[in-house]
Amino acid sequence: MTENVIEVTDLTVAYRENPVLWDIDFTVPKGVLLAIVGPNGAGKTTLLKTILGLVKSAAGNVLIFGKPYSEVRRRVGYVPQRGSVDWDFPTTVLDVVMMGSYGKLGWVRRPGRKEKEQAINALGRVGMEKYSDRQINQLSGGQQQRVFLARALIQDAEIYFMDEPFQGVDATTERAIIKILKELRSEGKTVVVVHHDLQTVPEYFDWVTLLNVRRIASGPVEDVFTEENLRLAYGGKVAFLTQHSAGETGNGAEIETTDNTKSDIK
Amino acid sequence: MDYLGIFSDYTLRTVALGAALLGLVSGALGTFAFLRRQSLIGDAMSHAALPGIALAFLITGSKATIVLLIGAAIAGWLGTWFIIKVVNLTRIKEDSALGLILSVFFGFGLVLLTFIQKMPQASQAGLDKFLFGQAATLLERDVVVMAALGVPVLILTILFWKELKLLSFDRDFGSHSGFPMHRLELLLTSLLVIAIVIGLQTVGVVLMSAMIVAPPAAARQWTDRMGVMVVLSSFFGAVSGVAGAVISSLSNNLPTGPTIVICMSGIVIFSILFAPNRGLLWAAVQKKRNNRKLQLQAVMEDLYFLSRQHKNPLYAHPVAVLRTMSAGHGGVDRSLEVLKSRGLAQSSDDDNWSLTETGIKEAGANVMKFKGQI
Repeated sequence: MTENVIEVTDLTVAYRENPVLWDIDFTVPKGVLLAIVGPNGAGKTTLLKTILGLVKSAAGNVLIFGKPYSEVRRRVGYVPQRGSVDWDFPTTVLDVVMMGSYGKLGWVRRPGRKEKEQAINALGRVGMEKYSDRQINQLSGGQQQRVFLARALIQDAEIYFMDEPFQGVDATTERAIIKILKELRSEGKTVVVVHHDLQTVPEYFDWVTLLNVRRIASGPVEDVFTEENLRLAYGGKVAFLTQHSAGETGNGAEIETTDNTKSDIK
Repeated sequence: MDYLGIFSDYTLRTVALGAALLGLVSGALGTFAFLRRQSLIGDAMSHAALPGIALAFLITGSKATIVLLIGAAIAGWLGTWFIIKVVNLTRIKEDSALGLILSVFFGFGLVLLTFIQKMPQASQAGLDKFLFGQAATLLERDVVVMAALGVPVLILTILFWKELKLLSFDRDFGSHSGFPMHRLELLLTSLLVIAIVIGLQTVGVVLMSAMIVAPPAAARQWTDRMGVMVVLSSFFGAVSGVAGAVISSLSNNLPTGPTIVICMSGIVIFSILFAPNRGLLWAAVQKKRNNRKLQLQAVMEDLYFLSRQHKNPLYAHPVAVLRTMSAGHGGVDRSLEVLKSRGLAQSSDDDNWSLTETGIKEAGANVMKFKGQI
């Protein structure tokens, strides 16, 4: 059994009286690409934010490398949802990427030549080196996403949390992100991705957590990503069309909504 | 009047210095409020400061600037704290909470001010200058107080530049990076309160928020860099502060606050109209340019189409034909002249036109490119 780098036990989050997450338990072994999947309002983003201490939990416990998050912050990287910031903010691509170094720099110290080099390298990895001086309001959605990814890369973390990195991005960006996810995995890093596209789960990920306020299932894709579990997660609102696809991992499932959860399962 | 001698005049120099200082500080801190979309909080803070000024006087009996400003700061800060609490603890949204606290505090302040004015001693006069500001009453020791408050504010802003930028751009990521965002927010709020308090004697509680909102709004039009924006915003604030204070000092009974705000509004209007890239004029020019480019292409395409109707591709057609073809586009004559000057079109006489050999090649390539895009 490999080492578990993330252990979530009994995690419960409530907004006013309503539970957003209820009694969540799951563990993540080192070196996997994990997709957190579930319908709209299932609490995927909340789960990520609670693990990162950005949302207060009502109960439960999160351990990363066996310790509370606040003690291992430096070993954790974060890619927030692209839509969570104002892209008309007066700053440049390079400047945003360098924000990834602020945590290591600590109070008051400014990023210097070393941080700038790291930022330019990271931009190279996401195929955006030519854009370093670009004003961020001139970027396309996919480019914004890659800038966020580059910012997380210079955090040089061991676990990465990414919130919907594939949401509304172009094919180039999707390929760039996948390439980086696989690179990170081959470096022995663990990546947790909030994901909305069920079709690509078996192709991109090797571990999956199905969520709908409760944890429906969590484990290797081939064991957990089953019709039954998906039906449980999506509340019977999905109908399966095909079980087989040409993908190398085999088990691709195509899903059509019969109800109003469409936006989440495109 | 000797206008060049203005700045050798002791009073005016004091006034100008004070006004520049207040513009500098409020412009810098206003930028953060602007970028966090919290410009209106400045309005609530400044109005909320009024009861603090009155209470400070009632409690201490002193009219020393520092005493009154400390009262103002405490009340302004308290008002902001109330707004945050109302938003967090009730279902009242931020805009309503702002309006609520602003009017409650300001109303209470006005009541206290009226009460003070009816008090029997002679010493009570002059507090009402805090309503609209009166630069002429600025003394050197007031400016010293302003500097003692304002310079540390600017130093702290520069010192925590990176952290405050993170707070303004991406709070969650900042929190994740290990910076206590609540405490930084507290710091920024306090700095903003001080920036506002500094200006109260000169600009007044009613219009001080303009000095928080307007300079960054103008500065944003000119730049896409946060650092430049803060510097420009401070500069605009200082310039309008000095201009307004000096103008109001030169004539009797001209309240300083409104004069400064009129100067600042001038800068804002100018910026919105004429700033490159973001300005309205710039946008109109861009649009016109695009239109002309489109008209030119349309006429070129029409000529190309006509050239293919005849055995001789250089056969000239009357302008009237082109006009009917580009109905609704307009600008046919101008476009033809431009094409001619580029060697793409030629006219047998003024009325009959055709493309040149190069024109036909280029138009053909354009048409192919267009088809390729579809």
